[in-house]
Amino acid sequence: MSATAVPSKAAERPAPRPAARPGGSRRKRRTRAGWNVLGLLVFVVVGFPVYWMLNTAVKPAKDAIDPDPSLLPTGLTLSNFRRALDIADFWGPVGRSLVVSLSVVLIGIAVGMLAALAISRFAFRGRKVVIVAILAVQMIPLVAMIIPVFLLLNDLGQYDKLSGLILTYLTFILPFTVWTLRGFIVNIPRELEEAAMVDGCSRTGAFVRVVFPLLAPGLVATSVYGFIQAWNEYLYALMLMSQQKQTATVWLANFTTKHGTEYAPMMAGATMMAIPIVVLFLLVQRKMAAGLTAGAVKG
Amino acid sequence: MSAANTTTPAKVPPPRQAPPPPPDVPGRSRKPRAAGGAAVPWGLLAPCLLVLVVVLGYPLVRLVTLSFQKFGQSQLWGFQPAENVGFDNFATVLGDDEFWAVVVRTLVFAVGSVIFTMVAGMLIALLLQRVSGWVKTLVNIALVASWGMPVIVATTVFKWLFDSDYGVFNALLSRLPGVDLIGHNWFASGPQGLAVIMLLVVWGAVPFVVITLGAGLTQVPKEMEEAARLDGAGAWGVFRYVTLPILKPIIVMLTTLSVIWDMGVFPQVFVMRNGHPEAEFQVLTTYSYDKAFVVNDYGQGSAIALVTVVLLLGVVAVYMRQMLKIGEVE
Repeated sequence: MSATAVPSKAAERPAPRPAARPGGSRRKRRTRAGWNVLGLLVFVVVGFPVYWMLNTAVKPAKDAIDPDPSLLPTGLTLSNFRRALDIADFWGPVGRSLVVSLSVVLIGIAVGMLAALAISRFAFRGRKVVIVAILAVQMIPLVAMIIPVFLLLNDLGQYDKLSGLILTYLTFILPFTVWTLRGFIVNIPRELEEAAMVDGCSRTGAFVRVVFPLLAPGLVATSVYGFIQAWNEYLYALMLMSQQKQTATVWLANFTTKHGTEYAPMMAGATMMAIPIVVLFLLVQRKMAAGLTAGAVKG
Repeated sequence: MSAANTTTPAKVPPPRQAPPPPPDVPGRSRKPRAAGGAAVPWGLLAPCLLVLVVVLGYPLVRLVTLSFQKFGQSQLWGFQPAENVGFDNFATVLGDDEFWAVVVRTLVFAVGSVIFTMVAGMLIALLLQRVSGWVKTLVNIALVASWGMPVIVATTVFKWLFDSDYGVFNALLSRLPGVDLIGHNWFASGPQGLAVIMLLVVWGAVPFVVITLGAGLTQVPKEMEEAARLDGAGAWGVFRYVTLPILKPIIVMLTTLSVIWDMGVFPQVFVMRNGHPEAEFQVLTTYSYDKAFVVNDYGQGSAIALVTVVLLLGVVAVYMRQMLKIGEVE
């Protein structure tokens, strides 16, 4: 790259530069190589647990209990996956997790979008209080709430019911959903809506025809994120559901067999749970990363 | 600021030029069209607020009242009414040496995790600025993959990595000359086991920090770094006096969020210890859970949870102040 830049520079400034440049760029290249080596080291360290999960999941079970394991794949087999599906009912928990997560997302997005609209497009008394409250609610450590939530659902007759779990998760994702959607709405120029209203749309019409289509990518990203949150939750699923109605995370955490924990099938189970989530996460990560600290630098 | 600007571009020079004293006034004057009064926005907010009040607000109040009650198994089944016991639960909890040991352990664990996360995150973010494109892509893939891993999956994977007999970590270390760790049980002692759990927490938390700081680093003006370098600042000087001050708001927010998250660590400890954390593994969250659901003393469990929340309030305040300061709330 610097090779193409040098001639034109050399033409402008004849004497010292060309001599100094190659030496400098060589040193630069050497330090760059050093950084690259460090970077690769980070790659290996950070990526290793994921690699080892996949590696264990597909290697023959007897190689998984080798006290001196080979770091490279030793074979390719699906028997661990078959065993994981056999040991305990897998599709039941996954089905329940799906029902819960999808319901939470659908309700959460609908309710959250209305709230986000209210705080981003209307001026009213108490608006700021609502915003601060929603931000603050996000900060409540949910682990601390398990006792009263458990008692509440117990009183409402919602213990061990999927609906109770859905209601609970809804409160977990709502503050975040409102906050993120608000960010997306605020970035849609108000003038577009006004133009539509000038052209004869009602306020609702303007929203449905103008804002909603522009908001769609944001809605998708927020939904996926909410889905992941609900899918990954463990403590409340453990506490609010009985063994017979466990969800996927509880299934994985309870993964033991008569012979103790069989790690190879367990890693197969972990892989089955992680892959769809990681893929979903990859799709929305770029959009969501900014959420919690949005605007921190630009301010 | 960014948010407010994009909402009402160009429309509002007048209120801007007038010095805007109380923060509330410009906010309102920037939203001039309060069409239709307050009924519509409150109507839109109603479902959301209803859910939050019922399933979050009410339990929060219940948490406080519970911590002043004697509430055990017989109250749970409704055989006896809950009895008000004043500060008894707090007196018992705060007078218990074990509780203080748990508090210290939780704080050491959380502070250690946060420092480890922030330093590692900052170093990796700075490193990513200096590597070639393909290395950066590789590291980013690894980061996003570990970020996206469900906590429970990550926990079971770490359990496997650190397994005493067949764990790859022991096997790898044992390949070093003079080290024989095959069969070493990392969870036989509290500090070692918690160090492993800290590693798990940090591994899961670093990607968010790296990616957020990385986004922040792109906003640091190159000219300022250049100017500092011309003035004779070394790499450390540029970082200390140019980069760090610009990143400070992001760092404050990442740190406060990390403190909140790391004080609330539950599944990692709980699942690592197979659902029954030993005494030397208890942190505030698992301790509160134990008191409530294992000992069946919901009053004491709530008192511990409430103490945790109070401990975190200061940190939450810093986070909120930062959010308000950068004007995100306008």
